[in-house]
Parts: sequence; C-alpha cells; structure tokens
Amino acid sequence: MNRLSIFGFVIVGILVLAALFAPVITKKDYEDTNSGIRNQPPSAEFWFGTDAEGRDIYSRVVYGARISLEIGFIVVIVSAFIGTILGALSGYYGGWLDRFVSGYVFNVFLAFPGLLLAIALVAFLGKGFDKLILALCVIGWVGYARLIRGQVLKVREYDFVQAARALGAGNLRIMIVHILPNAIQPLIVQASLGMAGAVLAEASLSFLGLGVQGVPSWGKMIEEARGIETPLHVLLFPGIAIALTVLSFNFIGDGLREYLDPRQRKR
Amino acid sequence: MLGALRRIGMLILVVWTVVSIVTILIELVPGDPATAILGDSATPEQVANFNQKHGLDRPAFFFTFPRDKNGGRHFEWHGWNNRYVDYWRNLLRGDMGLAFRGDRPVLDMILERYPATIQLALAAMFIAILISIPLGVLAGKNRGSWIDSVSSVVALIGISLPGFVIGPLLVYLFAVKLGWFSASGNKYPEDILLPAITLGAALSAILTRMVRSSVIEELNEDYVRTARAKGLSERKVVYKHVLKNGLIPVVTILGLQLGVLLAGAIITEKIFLWRGIGTLLLEEGIGNRDYRVVQGCVLVISVTYIAVNTLTDMVYRLLDPRIRVS
Repeated sequence: MNRLSIFGFVIVGILVLAALFAPVITKKDYEDTNSGIRNQPPSAEFWFGTDAEGRDIYSRVVYGARISLEIGFIVVIVSAFIGTILGALSGYYGGWLDRFVSGYVFNVFLAFPGLLLAIALVAFLGKGFDKLILALCVIGWVGYARLIRGQVLKVREYDFVQAARALGAGNLRIMIVHILPNAIQPLIVQASLGMAGAVLAEASLSFLGLGVQGVPSWGKMIEEARGIETPLHVLLFPGIAIALTVLSFNFIGDGLREYLDPRQRKR
Repeated sequence: MLGALRRIGMLILVVWTVVSIVTILIELVPGDPATAILGDSATPEQVANFNQKHGLDRPAFFFTFPRDKNGGRHFEWHGWNNRYVDYWRNLLRGDMGLAFRGDRPVLDMILERYPATIQLALAAMFIAILISIPLGVLAGKNRGSWIDSVSSVVALIGISLPGFVIGPLLVYLFAVKLGWFSASGNKYPEDILLPAITLGAALSAILTRMVRSSVIEELNEDYVRTARAKGLSERKVVYKHVLKNGLIPVVTILGLQLGVLLAGAIITEKIFLWRGIGTLLLEEGIGNRDYRVVQGCVLVISVTYIAVNTLTDMVYRLLDPRIRVS
C-alpha cells in the first residue's frame, strides 16, 4: 500500500465515524436558523462559522457526510451487483446474448454523456432519496458490467476453467466458483473509484437542486453559498469535504490497483 | 466493408433507442404535465386545450393499458395514431414541439443557446490542451523526479475537485476580491475565461496523466533509440517523434471527453449564469417544469455526444493504421 492510499483510508475512516456518530460530535442542530449570527467566521462556538441563515456549518458538514456516504454506498453496491450479473452472463455465454448486451445495451447507456441521463431521470421522476439512487444506478452499472465482461472473457479461456468443465462442472458452478473470484480484484478497484464517482454525482445533483430535500448535503451547501457577498468560509468547508472524500476514494482505488496488480508495482 | 456496415447499423439502432428513451421519459412524470403547468385551479377546458395543443390528448404509445370502470386494466391497441409516432414524425421534420410555457418552438430556443455552450466546451478543451501537454511531457521525461510527483498529485486533485467547487472559488478570488472579471454572464469576450478554466480543470488533469504515460511508453520504443543514435537533440526526439505517436490515445480521450464537457457545462453554466443549453435545461426546463424543453435539451446533447464519439472513432482509425488492420 502506498502512502496516498493510507491517507485515503484514514480520511474515509474519519468520515464514516463522523457520519455514524454525527449526533454525538455535534452540539448544534443543523437546521437551527438565527438571523442574528449570519455569515459568522469560524470561532470557538461555531467551528466552521455560520452560513447566510445563521446555521452552524460544522453540524451541516458532519451531517452532510451521512447522505453522501449512504447514497454512494447504496449506488455502488446496487450498480456493482447488476453490472456483475449482466457482465458475467454476457461474457460467459457469448453469442447473441453478448452481442445484444455488449453491442447494444452498453452502447445505449454509454450514449448519454455523464450526468445527463441522471439529471433527466430526476427531472421527470421528481426529487427524492429513492429516485436519486435509481438515477445514479442507471448511469453507474455499465462500468461494472463492461469490466466484468472483459475479465470473464479473459478468465474463461484459462486452463483451470477447461479442466473444471472436463470434470463435469456446470455453467453456474464454473461461473461462481472458478471465474468470478478471478474477476473480483478489478471489481474492488472499480468499486472504490465508483464510490468517488457516486459521491461526486450526488453532490452535483444536489448542487443543481435535484438532490434529496430536507437534509444537509454538501452540494446544496455550495449552491447556497454562491452569493457575491457570501464570505469564503461558507463555501470552503463543504468544498473541502467533497474534495477530500472524492480524493480519498480515488487514492484508495489507485492504491488498490497497484497493490493487486504486481506488474504495476514493479514499475 | 461488412464491419463498417454493421457499425453504421448499430449506430442507427442506438440513436433510435436514445431518442425513444427521451421521448418516453415524459410518461414518467407523476400526475399529468397539464396540471403541473397550469396548476390545480385550471378548468377542465384549459386542461383539454393545453393537452390538445401539445398533442397530449393522444395515446402515449402503440398500445396502452388504460383503466376500465371497475378499476382493472385492459390492453388497448391504437395503431399508428399515437404520441410516440407523432414525436418522431415531427422530429424528422425538424420540429421538437412547442415549449409548455410561452409556446415558443423548442428548436428555436435550443438553436439560440447551444452555440454559447459549444463555445464554452471548446474553450475548456483548448485550455486543457494548453496546460496538459507541456506538463505531461515534463512529468514523463523526468519520471520519478519531484516534478513528476508534484504533477501527479496536482492532477489527482484536479480530478477530485468538482467544477462547482473550483468555479465559486475562482469567482471569489478573481471576481469578488480582485475584480478582474465579472462574476457571471457572457457579455464580454473575456467572460469565457473563468468558466472555461472551471470546466477544463478535470480534463487538464486527466490529459496530463495520459500524456505522461504515453510519453513514458513511447520513450522505450526502438525508434527513439534510433533517433537519439543519429544525434537528434532530446527536444526534437520528444516533440517531433514521441509526441506524434503519443498523442494518438490523447486524441481519443479528447473526443470522448467532449461529451463529458457538454454535461459538465450544465453545472458550469449554472455557476456563471452562462446563457447556454445548460441554463436553458435547468431554468426554462426543469425549473419551470417545461418537460418539452427538457426533452429537447437532453435529446440534442445526447445526439451531439454520439456524433462526436463516432467521429472520434473514425479519426482514431485514420490516425492509427494498427487498429484498421485488426
């Protein structure tokens, strides 16, 4: 493990703890507005200062970790699950199924640039926790499916798979016992990079006003902090939170890739 | 030849599916669009008028499952007389329907705003190239040195910092504190600089890493040893030989990233109130619940993306004969 990925693990650990123990480590309600203390700079009482409505930014940043990690985690699990199944089936069986899934379905989902499909889905379905997750999974699963398909195509031809088949193992057994464990390493790397992507996507949609309503979210905090007369700290703390989270998951992903792939380590 | 035909066939199929998905998205709207636009106080006549004007009184698809009197659903066949066919028929004539609010043709609204977005995306790309090629070459030539480590950390930060963090920070520094640029709008030519940097930051980071690894890979090739052996200066070796081959993957990434830039432009445009297709989508479209405008914007952006990707693929094949053979 290189130093940067250890840094990533430490930051993610702190974030997870902050999200879990948010009520313990914050003293102020994140929703309390107070017109008397608008845009206060950081102080002993308000560690990160207050925003334009006099709310405690520290509490909002800590609680913001919850929605960010929660959505990121669910989106990664669901998209990795769907992607693995479709990618594995497509790669293993090949033929018309593969032509349909990898030639057609993948291309359709890749034909929408980045966030656009998620924006469109939320715009038409309406806002909400479940709809946001649905939208992010719809744009997320293809990456996993392509990765697993490629891995399966490669592993499928190895001698030990042929040997297992010769011994009479069924398709399902070959896929689950012999092929998938060999395709899992890149999946773990992809999942941690995917976590960075999902956190970023959630923040982006919140910034555009399409996030979950009624809970503090880093993206929404930045959206609210854009006024000309807003002081820097209102913008800075949620910005640092997003950047650190995304950076950490990227560091972890890069570190894992290097660690799991000895060929890269030698370079 | 057969391969090319198959690719074109697949392309047509994908475009057809993408347009169909966008067309059918409007059926996902909870409740019906008329009440969303006219409000709960609208009279049945107003609703009927609205639905007729926008073709919403017609069946949604070739078949539907309408509720019958006892609450169950039954299958009903409508034939060609449906909204999906209407939408396609109009689209092929260059008609994307009228905006739900204001009744302007959606195509006119998009044509008015799209050039500003394309301008922004191209400016972002230009800035990214300007930053990443020298930086990537420098890092690749000095692999393992401190220049290399610094540039890869900067690149990772660039990838991790989203536009909506960089943008407001740039506005704070250069518009609010220093007053060099205006904080928003696209009135003056120099107004493009801050949004273009914001939009291009992530791309600069990705490109720097790509150029770096490309340069490292190419420097190990035999032709580099030949070039060095015949006494070419290191500068000439890198900029005349290595870069020429090393840029092929970069061209691909540039093409693929243009689509990402178009989507990213939606966010950048919101930050700087840039009057492009992004703000059209967000304000007139989503903000006003004008689903027709949302449909039009999503359609135009996606089709542009597909077109650019296809072009990139073609250019890539032209540039690198090795791919044509395989």
